Amino acid sequence: MRNLWVIASREFRHYFISPIAYALATMLYLILGGIFFINVYYGLQTGQISPDGRMVIGPMVTILLFATPAITMRLLADEYRMGTMELLLTAPVRDWELVVGKWLGAFGFLFGVLALTWIYPLVLHRMTSPGIDQGTLLAAYLGLLLAVGAMLAIGVFISALFRSSVAAFFVALAVMLGLWIVGGLSSGTGAGAQVAGWLSFVDHYYNNFYRGVLDLGDAVYFVSLTALALFLGAQVVQARRWR
Amino acid sequence: MIDVAGLTKYYGPTPAIQDLNFHARPGEIVGFLGPNGAGKTTTMRILTGFMPPTSGSARVAGFDVIDQSLEVRRRVGYLPETVPLYPEMSVSEYLAFMGSLRRVPDLDERIDEVLEQVDLIERSESFVGNLSKGLRQRLGLAQALLHKPEVLILDEPTIGLDPAQIIEVRRIIQDLGRERTVLLSTHILSEAQQVCDRVLIINHGTIVAEDTPVNLQSQLAGADRLTVVAASSSSELVRLLQGVPGVSSARPGGREGEVEVTTAPGQDVRPVVARCVVEAGIDLLELRSAGISLEQIFLQLTREENNPKAGG
Repeated sequence: MRNLWVIASREFRHYFISPIAYALATMLYLILGGIFFINVYYGLQTGQISPDGRMVIGPMVTILLFATPAITMRLLADEYRMGTMELLLTAPVRDWELVVGKWLGAFGFLFGVLALTWIYPLVLHRMTSPGIDQGTLLAAYLGLLLAVGAMLAIGVFISALFRSSVAAFFVALAVMLGLWIVGGLSSGTGAGAQVAGWLSFVDHYYNNFYRGVLDLGDAVYFVSLTALALFLGAQVVQARRWR
Repeated sequence: MIDVAGLTKYYGPTPAIQDLNFHARPGEIVGFLGPNGAGKTTTMRILTGFMPPTSGSARVAGFDVIDQSLEVRRRVGYLPETVPLYPEMSVSEYLAFMGSLRRVPDLDERIDEVLEQVDLIERSESFVGNLSKGLRQRLGLAQALLHKPEVLILDEPTIGLDPAQIIEVRRIIQDLGRERTVLLSTHILSEAQQVCDRVLIINHGTIVAEDTPVNLQSQLAGADRLTVVAASSSSELVRLLQGVPGVSSARPGGREGEVEVTTAPGQDVRPVVARCVVEAGIDLLELRSAGISLEQIFLQLTREENNPKAGG
């Protein structure tokens, strides 16, 4: 377990010297700030601001869909490319500790980035009366964290497959878009639509968490997706030893 | 400390090493000498737990490299061929990361100690990315020493260094070899001779010779081995062949009528041996050069030594 922490904290600190992380955080805050400003500005013009703290969360999910592959792409691919994997795999570290540690470091970083976005609902809460629904907001954020965890785990898994981080980025993005648009097939009836609904990232987030409903099934979906992706990641690392 | 039996590794259908057998005792510096692509790195990667072998077994520090990989990895210090470093870290950060993965006690003091040992202490705050090739090599060595491993495995530790640095690194290795087992690979013949207590020569994935540097030197100087099979008893044949000029020794082979002949360096005694056997009235059944020619490997090694850029 200590190894997990050592690897996670190294990854976490690495983000603070990585230009990609800063670019990503800047982009995220710029877009959210813009959306927030427009909402509040027009709200003040009409004298009516919608007291919904989720005005920044809705677009955030879409941004994160593109952002998480950028966060995870280099995690394992770069270790393979630079040869440092040889160092890690000959240290007394279990393969899963490496994979989960990487994921945890990325999660920690993104958790920090997302925590800062809480400022928008806070401001909104002060501006409106009687304020925003904190329960809904909390559920939306909780769901967001679970979804981000799953997206990052998929990214780590894909990163284990490649030497090139660019390849890892595009494949991870493709997988996540796939999980995203499969929700579009869930509108019909029949078994196929039902399976699509089970698989859909969107349905599991927007249908309940986003509306302020904590549904165990949705939580299980994200947690098991995370666990599955990390398990596959560890399997890939192990399999690549055999080459 | 290191026991290898029947170790074999295939990459797809291609064998990288085949049926390797060797051992290394504590306090011994064993050199792995061979041309590029001979299987040195593959063997080291198996011994360090980086990859599993296709078949065969290896024990390092008393633990099996497959079943007790973590135990092996705790006890081995490894310097890979291309020293893997994180360029964005400082020297001390890098060692702190590696040291905490290996749970080195009193890490800060230990880091200063190894940096002192490899003479890198005044660069401890430099970024790894700014270090020269020689300094990186030393940092890699520091990383391998950090946890005071019982076994050190160094893959081409002096490659890419300038002559002064090579001498320095060899001195460090010799110091280290007094207390622990060191397995180092090189394709430089003179390096193996200078540094190692024992040398294994590996070519095309098999060990072709194993001896002390001094003994190897004489073998490598061009001696050749012949296998002679004739319709006669081995002992009679031995007596006969010992008298042939150019033959330095003859001893009975694995079956009746077979004799292993070692010849003096640089002489092809096959015609003389054949004539001698036939003139003694014995039917000569077989006469062949026994497998490897150490001389050829020697030549290849010397060629690479004279042209170090070909190394890798």
